[in-house]
This record gives sequence, structure tokens and C-alpha cells, in this order.
Amino acid sequence: MLRFLLGRLAMLVPTFLGVTLVAFSFIRLLPGDPIELLAGERGINPERKAQLMAEMGFDQPLWKQYLDYLGNILQGDLGTSFASKQPVVDEFFALFPATVELSLCAIFLAVVIGIPLGVIAATKRGTFIDQSIMGTALVGYSMPIFWWGLLLIIFFSGTLGWTPVSGRISLLYFFEPVTGFMLIDSLLSGEEGAFASAIQHLILPSIVLATIPLAVIARQTRSAMLEVMGEDYVRTARAKGLSPFRVIGVHALRNAMIPVITTIGLQIGVMLAGAILTETIFSWPGIGKWLIDSITRRDYFVVQGALLLIAAIIMIVNLIVDVLYGLINPRIRG
Amino acid sequence: MATESSLELNRPSALAEFWFYFSQNKGAVIGLAVFLLLVFVALLAPIFAPHAPDFQYRDYFLLPPSWIEGGNSDFLLGTDAVGRDILSRLIYGARYSLFIGCVVVAIALVGGVVLGLTAGYCKGWVDTLIMRIMDIILAFPSLLLALVLVAVLGPGLVNAMIAIALVLQPHFVRLTRAAVLSEAGRDYVMAAKVAGSGHLRLMFYTILPNCLAPLIVQATLSFSSAILDAAALGFLGMGAQPPTPEWGTMLAEAREFILRAWWVVTFPGLAILITVLAINLFGDGLRDALDPKLKRS
Repeated sequence: MLRFLLGRLAMLVPTFLGVTLVAFSFIRLLPGDPIELLAGERGINPERKAQLMAEMGFDQPLWKQYLDYLGNILQGDLGTSFASKQPVVDEFFALFPATVELSLCAIFLAVVIGIPLGVIAATKRGTFIDQSIMGTALVGYSMPIFWWGLLLIIFFSGTLGWTPVSGRISLLYFFEPVTGFMLIDSLLSGEEGAFASAIQHLILPSIVLATIPLAVIARQTRSAMLEVMGEDYVRTARAKGLSPFRVIGVHALRNAMIPVITTIGLQIGVMLAGAILTETIFSWPGIGKWLIDSITRRDYFVVQGALLLIAAIIMIVNLIVDVLYGLINPRIRG
Repeated sequence: MATESSLELNRPSALAEFWFYFSQNKGAVIGLAVFLLLVFVALLAPIFAPHAPDFQYRDYFLLPPSWIEGGNSDFLLGTDAVGRDILSRLIYGARYSLFIGCVVVAIALVGGVVLGLTAGYCKGWVDTLIMRIMDIILAFPSLLLALVLVAVLGPGLVNAMIAIALVLQPHFVRLTRAAVLSEAGRDYVMAAKVAGSGHLRLMFYTILPNCLAPLIVQATLSFSSAILDAAALGFLGMGAQPPTPEWGTMLAEAREFILRAWWVVTFPGLAILITVLAINLFGDGLRDALDPKLKRS
């Protein structure tokens, strides 16, 4: 197991170096030089520019700049936001819990609804129920989620007035963040109604973000179940006279879960991309919205830092999924 | 001898066999029909569109669809905030979406096949280098990488298409490489090699045609991802720029009116959904028909 883990970690190193190279090149590839980008339309006088170039190391040869950049990354320094003058890392981790909270809720919805739907579709194969579930899943899979979010806002916030349009909690409540997770913080604050308000704000964005992963998980669960249900051990379990519930729920589902878990892991990247759109629609103060705002503001050090951190997080999550996969399925440990 | 030739006669052509399996999937046939209809409408947009897509009727701002009170039968799906006919814009928008899909898939497919064939055929350090680069591209969420590329290249439809093609390409590389690796050791490849085929002939003429099925399926599915991603970039203001009637860009323009005029938001999104759904239905059917494992002999 340890060898498997170390092997996987070693494979990550070249990819991570590649990712740093992409993030490094990003600022160098932008049209115009970085200092002029920072100065914007006001322009900058040549002496001040030379001084800044030297300060930020832009006058060094490229390979030296890259090595310095790598060195800074290893020390946890990803540059400073031009707009807020805060270190990019600090901003990222201040906003990250909001995105994690939203993603966790979405993945929870996707798993809790998607897996049972897939199982039902598989057990009712070829019937109207199967066709409806799979048809709906394909619609979900094809959904432009930015539009889906707007539709939900029109209906639930506009017509019915049930949910708020944007933000994480009503402006009526104010408390210091403890964990960064609004659901937990609102409970800890002890303010009446705060938790309910947090849930109301969370529900629509979670549904929007869950849509595509839910569809993917339902489809994957169905095909994994169909594959497993033809196996001998499922037939044996059935022949032994076990209840259908036990056969499906225990014997078949446990084995069908192996590919489904990989799928869930792969959805993390999809989630983070979806978070960019979802957070923009619902003004959710997470890293997705921060990234879009930074691109619009041309705050390129933030974009560079966020690019690196998001890729790193996805790589770590994929590693965890790989290891989990190795744990449940000893055959691939090799 | 007689039975053999009659067998030969009864054997359906590859296309007929494909159509036999494909047509059993009703959803796929519907998907194909809708897609062909869209192509037809897009090609003949000037004939079908009742108005010019960018003409502003100053007397008709935010007119609701014709079947709703206050609607006007001249504007079937209503007008947007500057008085343009939504239906006409949608019809012209179909051209953009289909064009985006074609261009992106063409770039990603050609690039992916060449790189994948090279990696699978050359093996060794060439293979490692190409696949590591693909791993790096895949380490980023596709939309994020596309966004950043567009930030570098500058917002616009062409740059958005290049960015999306680059992001979709690794899937083609991986598929091609895997197929080449499994085919390269087969006897027919060896036979061609012995007969004196050069490397390029072996790669493109001998091996490639036998790897086509998964590539066709991937191309179809990438077509719909390309449309979705381009619409998303348009929605975020990084794709096609107003007043282009691209569906995602139309949604971005309509956003501020969502609580006042539902139709300016609803129809462009519906157009995206229907197009993507049709292509995905078609792609699912294509996969089932081309995948020999699922065929009931």
C-alpha cells in the first residue's frame, strides 16, 4: 500500500511542475509587460517602472524568474493581489470555505439522489420508469447550468418569493466567521433564524451545482449496476433466497460502487468549474466569483495564484480518490 | 461455394448494419432529426428569420411573446431590451453554435489524433512527453483553463474556440493513443510493415481507420461540450461579444432583466439545452451502435 501511495505521489511531481510552468507563463504571455498591466491606463514613468521591474524580479533572465517563482511557491508565497494588496494565498483561503461548503452540499445532493435513481433505473431496466429517469438524467447532463440557475431564480425567487437571489446569508445577521462554513457559523452564533437563512441561501446554488454531477452519477450507477447484476455472485445470492432488497442493496450495490466512487472523484473538477458559473449567478462569495472578478479587474497575480491552487487541489483530490480506489479494489494495487 | 456466395450477398453493408443498430434507439433517431433540423434552419437563417437579427424596433422594447397579453404576432418570441426580435436572433444564433461545434471539434480532433498517433506509435520519451503535457492540461478544470487562455488571447469568439479546442484535445489524444497501443501489435499491422509500408502510411492508413469508432463518439460528445463551454464563456463576457446573437452572449445581456422579462432569459437557454440534448442523444445512440460489446450479435 505504501509503495502504491509513494508511486502515485511521485507521478504527481512532473504534473505539478507543469502546472507551475503554466501558471508562470500565464503572466509572461499576456500582451504587454506585467508592470504596465499593473499600472493600467494611467501609465508609469520609465524610472519608476525600472525600479518596480527590479523589485519584482522581472529584469532577471526567465529561467531565474521561474526558479524564484518555484521557491516562492514552496514558501507559500503566491504573490499579492493588486486590488486588495493582500497576499493571494490569504484571500484564497478566506474565500475557499464558501466554495467548499457549496460544493459539499452539491455533491451530497448528487450522491443522495443520483445513486438511488441509478439503482431504481437498473432494477426496472427497459420500463417506463427507467426511461424517464435516464431521460431526465440526460437533460440534466446537457443543462447549461448558468441558464438553469437563472430559471430557478425567476421561479423560486421571483414568482414564489421563497428564496433570496444572492449571497450566503441575510444582511440582518452579522457574526464573526469561526469555521468559514456558514451553516456551522450560523448555528454557533446562536442568533435566531440565522441557520434557516443560511439554508435558504444555500439551496438554489446547491441544486444548480449538483445538476450535472447528479446526472453523471445516476447514469454511471445504472450501468455499473447492470453490469454487476449479471454476475454469478448476484445470481447465487438470489438463488439462496435472499430478499431482493438485500441482493440489490448489499451484494450488487457494494460492487457497483467501485466505478461510481471514481466518477464522484472526477466530478470534483467539474464542480470547481461549475462553481465559477454558479457563484457568478448567485453572487456567492467563493473562489469562483473571486476568480471571475479578478479576470475582469485584470488582477493577474490573483488569477495566476488561483490557477495554481485550484489545480493543486484537484490533483490532491484525484490522489485521494486513487488511494480510496486502491483500498476498495485490491486488484489494482499491483 | 454456393452457400458462401449467398452469405456474401446477404451480409448487409457496414452502413446498413450501423443504421440497423442505431435506429433501434428511438432517442438517438430523434436527436439526429432535431440536429438535422437545426442545421437546416441555420443554413437558411435569412429565409426563416422574420426580422434582421440586429435591427432595433424602437417602439417595441421588451415585448412579451405573442401568445401573452401585450404580445405582438410580428414578434413570436417577443423582443429584447433594445427591441430586437428574439426568434430571429435565436435562428441566427444557431449558426454560431453549430459553427463553434464544428471548428472546435475539427481542431481538437485533428490535433488530438496526430498527437495520439505519434505518442502511441513512437513510444519512449516522445510518448511520455506528450502524455505528461496532456496530464497538465487535464489537471485544470476545463472552463477555468479556457477562461485563462481567453484572458491571455483576449475575449472574442475565435479565441474562445481556440481555447476550448485546446482544452478538449487531451481526450482525443488519450483515446487515440490507447487505440493505437492495442492495434499496433496486431498481425495486419505487422503484415503491412513487412510489406514495406512507411511510418506515416502505417500510422494514418493502416492503424487509424481501425481506431475510428471511439473517436467518432468522442467527437460527437465534444461537439456538445464545445457549444456549452462557448455559451458559458459568452455568458461570462469572455466569448462572442455583443451584439453577436450567440446564445450565451444573449443570456449575459438578458441577465439584468430576469425578474422583469422572463422570455429574454428563457428562450436562448432553451435553445442551448435543446441543441446540446439532441447531440448528446445522438452521441449515446452512436456509442451503442458502434460499440461491438453492446451489440446483440
